[in-house]
Amino acid sequence: MQFSKLAVAATAAAIVLGSPAFAQNSVLLPVIIELSGGGATVGNNWKNGVELAAAEVNAAGGILGKKVEIPAVDTQTNPGVARAAIQRALDDKPVAILGPIYSGSVKASMQLTADAEVPQIMGGEAGDLTAQGSKYIFRTSFGQNISMPKLANYLRDGEKAKSVAVVFVNNDFGKGGRDAIIKELNSRNIKVAADLSTEAGQADFAADVIKLKSANADAIFIYLNEEESARFLREAKKQGLNKPMIGETTLLGQKVIDLAGDAANGVKGHVGLTVDAPIPAVQEFGRKFQAKYNYKPDHNGLKGYISVYMVKAAAEKAGKLDPKAIAAALHGMTITPDKVPGILMEASWDNTGEIDRISFLAEVKDGKQVITQTLPKLKN
Amino acid sequence: MAEILQLVIAGLATGAIYALAAIGFTLLWQTSQTINFAQGEFVMLPAFFALVAMNWFGWPFWLSCLVAILVSVLLLGMVFKVIVVDPMLKQGVLPLVISTIALGLLLREGAKDFYSAEAQPFPYIFPDRQVSVLGVQLSLSQIGVLLIALAVIAALQLFLSRTRTGRQMQATAQNPTVARILGVPVERMILYTFIINAALAAMASLLISPIYLAKFSNGEHLGLAAFVAAIVGGFNQVRGAIAGGLLVGVIDNLAAAYVSTGYRQSVPLILLVLFILFRPQGLLGRREERAV
Repeated sequence: MQFSKLAVAATAAAIVLGSPAFAQNSVLLPVIIELSGGGATVGNNWKNGVELAAAEVNAAGGILGKKVEIPAVDTQTNPGVARAAIQRALDDKPVAILGPIYSGSVKASMQLTADAEVPQIMGGEAGDLTAQGSKYIFRTSFGQNISMPKLANYLRDGEKAKSVAVVFVNNDFGKGGRDAIIKELNSRNIKVAADLSTEAGQADFAADVIKLKSANADAIFIYLNEEESARFLREAKKQGLNKPMIGETTLLGQKVIDLAGDAANGVKGHVGLTVDAPIPAVQEFGRKFQAKYNYKPDHNGLKGYISVYMVKAAAEKAGKLDPKAIAAALHGMTITPDKVPGILMEASWDNTGEIDRISFLAEVKDGKQVITQTLPKLKN
Repeated sequence: MAEILQLVIAGLATGAIYALAAIGFTLLWQTSQTINFAQGEFVMLPAFFALVAMNWFGWPFWLSCLVAILVSVLLLGMVFKVIVVDPMLKQGVLPLVISTIALGLLLREGAKDFYSAEAQPFPYIFPDRQVSVLGVQLSLSQIGVLLIALAVIAALQLFLSRTRTGRQMQATAQNPTVARILGVPVERMILYTFIINAALAAMASLLISPIYLAKFSNGEHLGLAAFVAAIVGGFNQVRGAIAGGLLVGVIDNLAAAYVSTGYRQSVPLILLVLFILFRPQGLLGRREERAV
């Protein structure tokens, strides 16, 4: 009897001590990300970027002497699944959550990380994510409130467009982008010739392209997710839609170029992050990623990669692996590549978690993204 | 006017592809009372057969398409009939329906795990150029897809009505017991319908994948569109499935352009409900009555 009690206690202790919550010798960074569904492409890029950074950090001694653990959970590109996954991950007392990327999934889960006081380093770009008062949400790429003014300037000054047709995906990401660009176009007296909503996962863009042909705008602004962007560009080429096609980072991403083939040539836009950036450290990251995973990363690979180094730099600044202290350290922090090479480009975060760094104007030529101009940080 | 003409042509091109899949639905139902809820996955999968042939074996596109059709005929036609349909049909229609739903899930997840969860580029069969018809710029690819799908359908109709085997298949569909008494090899005729269904699904796959991109989840939409097309057209008539496919394609496109892309998927379903309520035999189907 005594023995059986001892056995039960020992088993319970083994289970409890073996759980990640008590795995004191590691830095737990759950990767809650889109590995299937419409976001599979972006999520796999992010996950691989995180893996690459975690392997480097661990090889160099970890964060504050402790190894990084990055268990990945698939959100299935579904906000409900993402929220449940983050709830479960928070039970294990992580140092930070890495992901998701889809703004709808971030929006559905960010209150949980705020309540748990755990930093959530995510890839969402919807403008309102950092405007909701959470002290624990941090961007890895520009929000639409930063990127859209740059794009609108380009449409006015670069393309000399007097009218622009807007085609967007009807989700949090797309609607946020649509609202932001239309506001910026209106403020520059550029006419919105068409305002077309499309669905996430939409397979056939024939009707949309025909409507855009009829709109006869000077340029078309495309704000869709990766696969939909590629389908749209293929359909546009098929139907001879010969207008300048302008977009944000996603439209010029490598996956879109791979999927769209020739149809991507000539696409232009603003790119927050790209492995084609004229920065040796970024290009070196691209080579390492390509060597390990056998494909060229898009900006989400970069976002995932720097997310690990954000935690590392903030934890070292805070001097402890306390989630609350790490979030506080990231606010108002500037991380430079000379001190943290893995951050690749100097980046700053304000008190809302908004990021600031240099960005680029780019064009797709012969199936490759070519940087045409580097834009400075907003606040130096 | 030019916009409507372009929308109708684009809708007919997509609708013709739906029709290919819908014909398979009706053929299997007529000859073997098989409602194949894996039909969408049967259209999704052949594109992956072609991709494996191209990307893993380095074969040219035309050969890969041919291989995809042959592998589809073997796996989605013959093996499907022998392994799934024959044993389950003895248990009744409902267990077979459930089996095809399970098969659809298996094929979907299998394609995801075996190849990729991400969409894959798939080459166009026709060049992506435009032609001017009556002053309206139309896509050569869409016209090509429409013509090839209609040619396949016409060839099938000729085969069914003008050849001895085709007529035997029709006899099997109309009354297998009498056909058997008259010496028609009913089992072989049923096998032929499964082979034809697989070949049509493969054709649909090769035509739709350049537009949709090859992806494991494509079957969800395609299966639903084909099912709606078959019901709207008349589940017991091949020509009904053709009309249903074309109608669903055109309505889908017009709904996307003039209603909203958000509601476009609901429009064919509303059409389905209306047909079930007011014309249950479909556009061109026969009214069927059951003896008690």
